[in-house]
Amino acid sequence: MIATIALVVFVTVTVGVYLTLSRDLFRVVLGVAMVGSAANLVLFAAGRLGPTAPAVVPVGQAALADAANPLPQALVLTAIVIGFALVCFALVLMLRLIRDARTDDALALRDAEPVPTDPVKPPATDPAFEPIAGAEPRREAAR
Amino acid sequence: MSVWLAASPVLVPLATALATALAYRHARLQRLLSLAGIVAFFGTALTLVATVQGGETLAVAFGSWPAPFGIEFRIDRLGASLVLITALMGLACLVFHESDADPGNRHPLLLPLVHGVLAGVAGAFATADLFNLYVWFEVMLIAALGVFAIGGRRDQLDASFKYLTLNLLGTLLLLIGVGAIYAATGHLNYGALAEAAAGLPPALTTLLLTVLGLAFLVKAGAFPLFAWLPASYHTLPGPILALFAGLLTKVGAYAVLRVVGDVFAPPPAVLLEALGWIAAATMLVGVLGAAYHWDIRRILAFHIISQIGYILLATALAGEAGNAATLFYTLHHIVVKANLFLIGAIVWRLTGSYDLRRIGGLWQARPWLGVLFAIPALSLVGIPPLSGFWAKYLVLFEAIGQGRIVWTVVALLVSVLTLYSMMKIWLEAFWRPHPDAGWTLPRDARLAPAVAATVGLAAITLWIGTQPEALIAYARAAAATMGGAAP
Repeated sequence: MIATIALVVFVTVTVGVYLTLSRDLFRVVLGVAMVGSAANLVLFAAGRLGPTAPAVVPVGQAALADAANPLPQALVLTAIVIGFALVCFALVLMLRLIRDARTDDALALRDAEPVPTDPVKPPATDPAFEPIAGAEPRREAAR
Repeated sequence: MSVWLAASPVLVPLATALATALAYRHARLQRLLSLAGIVAFFGTALTLVATVQGGETLAVAFGSWPAPFGIEFRIDRLGASLVLITALMGLACLVFHESDADPGNRHPLLLPLVHGVLAGVAGAFATADLFNLYVWFEVMLIAALGVFAIGGRRDQLDASFKYLTLNLLGTLLLLIGVGAIYAATGHLNYGALAEAAAGLPPALTTLLLTVLGLAFLVKAGAFPLFAWLPASYHTLPGPILALFAGLLTKVGAYAVLRVVGDVFAPPPAVLLEALGWIAAATMLVGVLGAAYHWDIRRILAFHIISQIGYILLATALAGEAGNAATLFYTLHHIVVKANLFLIGAIVWRLTGSYDLRRIGGLWQARPWLGVLFAIPALSLVGIPPLSGFWAKYLVLFEAIGQGRIVWTVVALLVSVLTLYSMMKIWLEAFWRPHPDAGWTLPRDARLAPAVAATVGLAAITLWIGTQPEALIAYARAAAATMGGAAP
């Protein structure tokens, strides 16, 4: 069983990293989500997979006998919730970014780090990006 | 009472985040609540340091589950001092944000998110549970992303996507490391892990700590995992940038110190060796990146990376002296770095740009600002008698003592290059006349809160510089009770 899980983790991480290295933004988000699933599987496997009895102490006894470890399952649940929220955020951010930048090519996204035109000197800070003191919040952002 | 105090690093900022979020329709009320919250946080953090100063640790086990099973906050001298500096930075940056020096987009949800970041940072410093540490990293990440994206400009969205992707991979690596450590030891609590670590085979410890350490190094912005930092930080508004620059990478550096210097101390020697070389490369690459740029924010962002190298070098030297130097360097560096970014924002307000090629003439117009900038700038370089001199002295003295000549030489060379960068900013922004001959100072600049915050931080730098004994003694006492104390 553990060998199967290990193999699945290996394949999932491989696929995730491959997708993350893609130039397509959507694939990048998918890749991160895949790596997240692999991390959840690792957490799950950390509790040892053998015992299947529920983690309930029988009446009249003080200790568990051979039962499944509930802690990693709690950890996995926490990690799934956090991971889900972050992937949702990433998808929304990606859609907004593609809409504003009009491209989904990661290499074309150079708004934060403009490509230098001079071989020696760094690009000038674009005055269009300078924040304006006391500017009203954009309606789009407030919505 | 002590239970509430131990939980306060998270409770106070979270309560403030909630209160400011509820008041999002009333801008004035929200700013008052935010300031009241950060003052309360600073007050509880001071109480925290005063309580643990004598060597007592404050602990709270949530849900009253006893220590190795429940999630625990355990605040020792190391954690308390870092919580205090977190509160101090929050205070300085939020006071600064009241001025009109690059406040950015005053979105109604910005202040709740900033307090969320503070809660994440302070939670990471307070917790004594590895999985809980992961959770605080995620709290920090999602709140920071909100702050990045809330501006809504295209470069900010671009920056937040890169920040998100690389940091998310870092936290996933951390999650895998946490899972593997639980599988190997059956524990997540720091105290229980420290006991269990002694029984692990060295090869397994090396493997586990490598995974965990790599995840923390992504967060700390160490070479070669720092790409997210220079890609994103400069898109933030000035005071928020100062807060992030001061605190976020230092949480990663703290986590490295906690794991290598406390919980798993002493770690396998090969890991310390590797960490030392990573630190040397981080210093050098960071400072060379800074030498290329002309935008004040981007220069300073690369200096964050370079200075993280010094902190990691101190951690790599290990032992009581190395751990004490790490704490001293971290505390000094947070104050200095945030102050440089804040003064950069004042420069932006007065001259109209962050790009050194478009500004100048400030020494004629505002000589006191030139002096104010010189204090943290020279402290960053390590000129006596400022705080940076003592921080570098502690690190390099230990490095020479251990015969690490190459690391020492790299550190000294990086200091010279740091001086070059700081001189570049000073000469271009202050000494040189403004390239636009018709330039005049803005008449309506509202800078009183900004000046108060930066002068306060500069005073702390001067105080540490002239009276280093108190802080050195505190750092040594903190290191003495950590797991790394025994050589």
